[in-house]
Amino acid sequence: MIDQLSWKVGGQQGEGIESTGEIFSTALNRLGYYLYGYRHFSSRIKGGHTNNKIRVSTKPINAVSDDLDILVAFDQETIDVNYHELRSGGVVIADAKFNPSIPEDGKATLYEVPFTETAKELGTPLMKNMVAVGASSAILGIPADYYQEVVEEIFSKKGQSVVDKNMQALQTGAEQFREQAGDNVDAFLLEEADGKKRMFMIGNDAIGLGAVTAGSRFMAAYPITPASEIMEYLIKTFPDFGGTVIQTEDEIAAANMAIGSNYAGVRALTASAGPGLSLMTEAIGLSGMTETPLVIVDTQRGGPSTGLPTKQEQSDMMAMLYGTHGEIPKIVIAPSTVQEAFYDTITAFNMAEEYQCPVILMSDLALSLGKQTVEPLNFDNVQIRRGKLDQAPDLPVQAPEEYFNRYEYEAEGDGISTRLLPGTENGIYHVTGVEHDETGKPSEKPENRQQQMDKRLKKTQTVPYRFDEPVYRDEPYEKADLLVVGINSTRGTIQEAVSRLREEGHAIHHAHIRLLHPFPVEELEQALERTEKVVVVENNATAQLANIIRLNTGVNAENILKYDGNPFLPGEIYRECKELL
Amino acid sequence: MATVKDFRNKVKPNWCPGCGDFSIQAAIQRAAANVGLEPHDLALITGIGCSGRISGYINAYGFHGVHGRVLPLAQGVKMANRDLTVIASGGDGDGFAIGMGHTIHSIRRNINMTYIIMDNQIYGLTKGQTSPRSEAGFKTKSTPDGSIEASLNAMETALTAGATFVAQSFSSDLKELTSLIEQGINHDGFSIINVFSPCVTFNKVNTYDWFKENLTKLETVEDYDYTDRKKAMQTLMEHNGLVTGLIYQDDSKPSYQDQIPGYKSTPLSESELKLEKETFERLANEFM
Repeated sequence: MIDQLSWKVGGQQGEGIESTGEIFSTALNRLGYYLYGYRHFSSRIKGGHTNNKIRVSTKPINAVSDDLDILVAFDQETIDVNYHELRSGGVVIADAKFNPSIPEDGKATLYEVPFTETAKELGTPLMKNMVAVGASSAILGIPADYYQEVVEEIFSKKGQSVVDKNMQALQTGAEQFREQAGDNVDAFLLEEADGKKRMFMIGNDAIGLGAVTAGSRFMAAYPITPASEIMEYLIKTFPDFGGTVIQTEDEIAAANMAIGSNYAGVRALTASAGPGLSLMTEAIGLSGMTETPLVIVDTQRGGPSTGLPTKQEQSDMMAMLYGTHGEIPKIVIAPSTVQEAFYDTITAFNMAEEYQCPVILMSDLALSLGKQTVEPLNFDNVQIRRGKLDQAPDLPVQAPEEYFNRYEYEAEGDGISTRLLPGTENGIYHVTGVEHDETGKPSEKPENRQQQMDKRLKKTQTVPYRFDEPVYRDEPYEKADLLVVGINSTRGTIQEAVSRLREEGHAIHHAHIRLLHPFPVEELEQALERTEKVVVVENNATAQLANIIRLNTGVNAENILKYDGNPFLPGEIYRECKELL
Repeated sequence: MATVKDFRNKVKPNWCPGCGDFSIQAAIQRAAANVGLEPHDLALITGIGCSGRISGYINAYGFHGVHGRVLPLAQGVKMANRDLTVIASGGDGDGFAIGMGHTIHSIRRNINMTYIIMDNQIYGLTKGQTSPRSEAGFKTKSTPDGSIEASLNAMETALTAGATFVAQSFSSDLKELTSLIEQGINHDGFSIINVFSPCVTFNKVNTYDWFKENLTKLETVEDYDYTDRKKAMQTLMEHNGLVTGLIYQDDSKPSYQDQIPGYKSTPLSESELKLEKETFERLANEFM
């Protein structure tokens, strides 16, 4: 019996690869296994190789594995492209239809199961994915009837006969595999899991759920990979809470609409990827200048320009930090797990109102789309904080020429002023992206300009001290030989590489940047003091995170960079770190 | 009840003496009082240009956004608080050049708000360049030999995009303009009102006198029926767009907010933010 393995299904996009992975993993999740998935897909609807790699374990896991135990292939290309990942002793289960072949290196064993033929005989070739799921389950020793619940949920709308046929396909797939393999294949029998129910979701689901939980009730967004799931979740969920989503004509409209909505008192967000972030740049400046809360999610993908729309990258960091003209206060938060994506979304909405400025929730494709098992989210810790928003002010009768001091300047204050919502009686003030006085009316007076600039820019100084764990730090040694720093989805991958190095006796620390801006300088400096060397791991070509660290701490780090579109594997980080030791 | 005086805030506009925008300011103030608004019920959202400054010249909640993005900003305000009366305003450059995409899509979306374009057919604040509304041949700093681009037929475009309320006026005709703004506010949907607002400094062609000579009041057009879209289009074409009055209205179509499934009938801004624990657990269970 084994306690973990890695499984991958591949084929042409549009032929049910995703649903094969989905059904297989959902059933395993319900049995209490921990899962971690990564989808490889292309920017097209039909055709092109796609695959879904899923790691299954009885213990928590936070990264994809270096190698592969089981490859399920719907075409020869899947074998050709992915065979190298298989470990020695691995298994290929392929559709007999295409006369599959594997290299004669003796590394793996091929089992041919008639996925398509069996599905056709049972009624429709569409069910070939169920045959494949059945075969996959047989090799793990998981009885086919464990799928009944999941299959019913998916197909009950189409009637009992469809449910039955799919279950039959699954069972037949299992039998066909066992007939071929006999009792020879027992290397992949999985230990029983704890049977506990846990959430199984992608990062974008967690962001959507976080938004509803934070009290957001409006989203304006333009579809884009890999952000659209946030919008799709909220389109489905907001109506239960009186809210809605507008699919705008572009990202410029989306960001400005979200600003308008926040100004009028609704926690509104927009979500996009790099190309959308570029279009929102001017609106980010408007939010900063007018001190209007705004939450933007950027799910980074391969850039520049259209770049690699369906691939992993972390190359928008500089754009998030500096992507608007002039100087504004801004907060950039970087969750590194699905759980954190949920909590950080709530923090983003709270901080946007508390600091009255734009907040960018930075994600990346692997975090946004990687489906994983999530430990229970703690609702009791959820707080809604709206800062200096006054919804029921007691104000003196206002003469038409007496505007409310929305942008009151206090030399000794925190820079944050009382915010009233339009509609408030006796609270009229003006808002403009032009430099303005305390009432919001345009003003070019030098003294006022300096005061208002100072007021705005000092607002976010306290963020690193108020942000819960601005740097995740795993530092078990007094002094480390090497500190590995990462951001976003590399958290689990680095963790795995680090634990291998520690097992070999190396003193390795791990820090993950959770608040990118304002940068938690003191927090990271503490970590830097306790290491001989530093290496920054990031998915871009110009070492953006390492540059931000140097800018803030003066420390020159070593770099481990990857920008081929794929996420890091633990072994890659392990090997490169080892060279530095 | 508020009177027109309550909408005056004593800020001296930075417009040139004689600018058409003064009358639009007065018309909005009068219309707001006439339809029974209180200053705090009105959100005046504006774009960039001479016209955009109007948000600071009327006693109401004003938000002066960025160039060309007045409509998304204003729609966001209305989505958050449907009890506010939202008027968006900007110049012809704001609405028909940089913001043209938003203009068309706002018309299609049909959110209940009023959009007033202060159309001077030129870029004034940047000191005299051509606009999409400038006539072909119009000489400006950016078109010293005369514009070789066609002028945009604004009202025809609005009709084509499916507008449910289309009107045009002239800033000298304060009475008609005030009445049209009132009708626009009262219309349940997106109302677009284009107002010829002469730029006395940079536009020496489309002057007050020029408009007086060339504009036709729709009330003088025989058998004109503002509910007849075909007739409206035909009349605009026959007069090269130079008409004033209510061009078209369709009050049969429900506005955007009345069609959203589950959308609150009270302001969204008054929602309870914190979920009940059971509600959260139901949402979380969907992922198990």
